[in-house]
Amino acid sequence: MLRLPDFQYHAPRTVEEAVALKVKHGANAAFVAGGTDLLPNMKRRIRKCGHLVDVSHIDELRSAGAFEGGLRLGAAVSLEEAASNEAVRTVCPAYAEAALLVATPTIRRMGTVGGNLCLDTRCLFYNQSYEWRKGIDFCMKADGTICRVAESSPKCIAVSSSDTAPVALAAGATIELCGPGGKRAVSADSFYLGDGIDYMAKKEDELLTALVIPDQTGAQSAYVKVRARGSIDFPVIGVAVWMRRRSSDAPVEDARVVLGAVFPDPREVPAAAEALIGRALDAESIRDAADAAFRAAKPVDNTDGALSWRKEMIRVSTKRALERLGSAR
Amino acid sequence: MRSERTIDGPGKIVLSFTVNGTGVEIAVARHKTLLEVLREDLGLTGTKHGCELGECGACTVILDGAPVLACLVPAAACTGARVETVEGMAVGPALHPLQDEFAEAGAAQCGYCTSGMLLAAKNLLESNRDPTRDEIRRALAGNLCRCTGYLQIYEAIERAAARMRGAT
Ligand SMILES: Cc1cc2nc3c(=O)[nH]c(=O)nc-3n(C[C@H](O)[C@H](O)[C@H](O)COP(=O)(O)OP(=O)(O)OC[C@H]3O[C@@H](n4cnc5c(N)ncnc54)[C@H](O)[C@@H]3O)c2cc1C
Ligand code: SF4
Ligand code: FES
Ligand code: FES
Repeated sequence: MLRLPDFQYHAPRTVEEAVALKVKHGANAAFVAGGTDLLPNMKRRIRKCGHLVDVSHIDELRSAGAFEGGLRLGAAVSLEEAASNEAVRTVCPAYAEAALLVATPTIRRMGTVGGNLCLDTRCLFYNQSYEWRKGIDFCMKADGTICRVAESSPKCIAVSSSDTAPVALAAGATIELCGPGGKRAVSADSFYLGDGIDYMAKKEDELLTALVIPDQTGAQSAYVKVRARGSIDFPVIGVAVWMRRRSSDAPVEDARVVLGAVFPDPREVPAAAEALIGRALDAESIRDAADAAFRAAKPVDNTDGALSWRKEMIRVSTKRALERLGSAR
Repeated sequence: MRSERTIDGPGKIVLSFTVNGTGVEIAVARHKTLLEVLREDLGLTGTKHGCELGECGACTVILDGAPVLACLVPAAACTGARVETVEGMAVGPALHPLQDEFAEAGAAQCGYCTSGMLLAAKNLLESNRDPTRDEIRRALAGNLCRCTGYLQIYEAIERAAARMRGAT
């Protein structure tokens, strides 16, 4: 059996209690929601947590629905609930699409909105058993000193593999946090840092309480994912697109294109948005935007799939996502 | 209410929950998963351990009415919960229609995935009495089978669904 290390389990009922438990036990404690990311990594002895603070029973984190023209999704809402929520499906279909493409139905019922946003970065040299990692003398992200993908790299380049994070950025979402010093909100865009080890701006003791998607009136969004097995796997490419225009023949007024599973953060590609803004969404502007996304993407060899194929699929996926917006109206 | 914890000395917890309709109170090592408690402490070895990392579905059980991967559920989180395993599917000597049809269709070869498949299918049929082939495929997407090629499994579920609706 692949066993968990010893831990003590806590099930606080309020945000304040959860934060207090985390502060009390410090780095030896971790928040856990669905456990579908944390527990495998504990079994691999990547994460060592003597205390698990389960946030999935906190009522305050469990509601989801329309909010000021947009959406507010509590951190402990399951991905399945979020994906089937009527308000989510109408206000921000791309979020529902992305949530529905995570893992499997059972994992989506366990996994949560907050856990998906905080998902640890992934790498073929990292998500392995202790013995496997020991065999390569570990790597910088856990127990070792150098990066096994790029030995001269000063930082870890493990990949942001969340399906919903690119959509959060594309839709201009805000992430709400609560820590010992009180509450704060950060834009999804500044929440991710682009470093495979320190991948998010959330402080150690801060609990993610909600994802807030602003008013989406007049906006359209879509998410396209490429993965090895359509039934279960993490993305090897994810592309979220978002734009606003007056009507289907009017020029695009504002746009965002965000790549997932390429960099240590979900990465916005401004050049792709620029290729769309001020132009009609047609074959030409779509091609230019897809080319811009292709040029901006620099995948490294640490997930499934050959590098050149993954890079080409960024172009293809961006095109597919934008074509979906074109045909939606 | 689930998740009230009862710590009993270092390294152990007293877990009280319901398994297949019977109340159970047992002292277990606190780091154990639900899967480990079912198999090792309660002797319910019908629930299988495959990958133990969430990747195969062999350990699927029903927790408070919804399928979960028992390999990723801390047992400590199950206080007060209702758990259903494959051992609870038959009523006395009478197999559940799904079990009957799985046997009939040859939907189990090595049988390692079968208990997880049965519980995922049972859960599906509770909310959808007449699922399409596609709905079945989607509901079982996280339950991997290395032997059958899935067709017999889908057929068995369709036949069981028909029987349970009284259509045959
Ligand atoms: C077989 C398999 C396939 C998968 N496929 C995908 C996939 O295709 N796409 C994808 O995106 N993910 C995938 N996952 C990963 C995971 O299941 C999901 O990302 C899920 O949404 C994680 O949520 P969780 O609640 O289970 O997180 P947990 O495991 O509970 O937590 C994940 C991390 O976030 C922290 N955390 C959780 N909640 C909070 C909070 N409220 N505040 C602060 N920190 C918090 C935890 O401390 C931990 O570090 C897969 C997992 C498996 C096992
Ligand atoms: S990118 Fe390098 S340092 Fe980061 S997990 Fe992979 S091998 Fe380790
Ligand atoms: S043993 Fe739990 S999913 Fe494989
Ligand atoms: S019957 Fe062998 S894995 Fe399914």
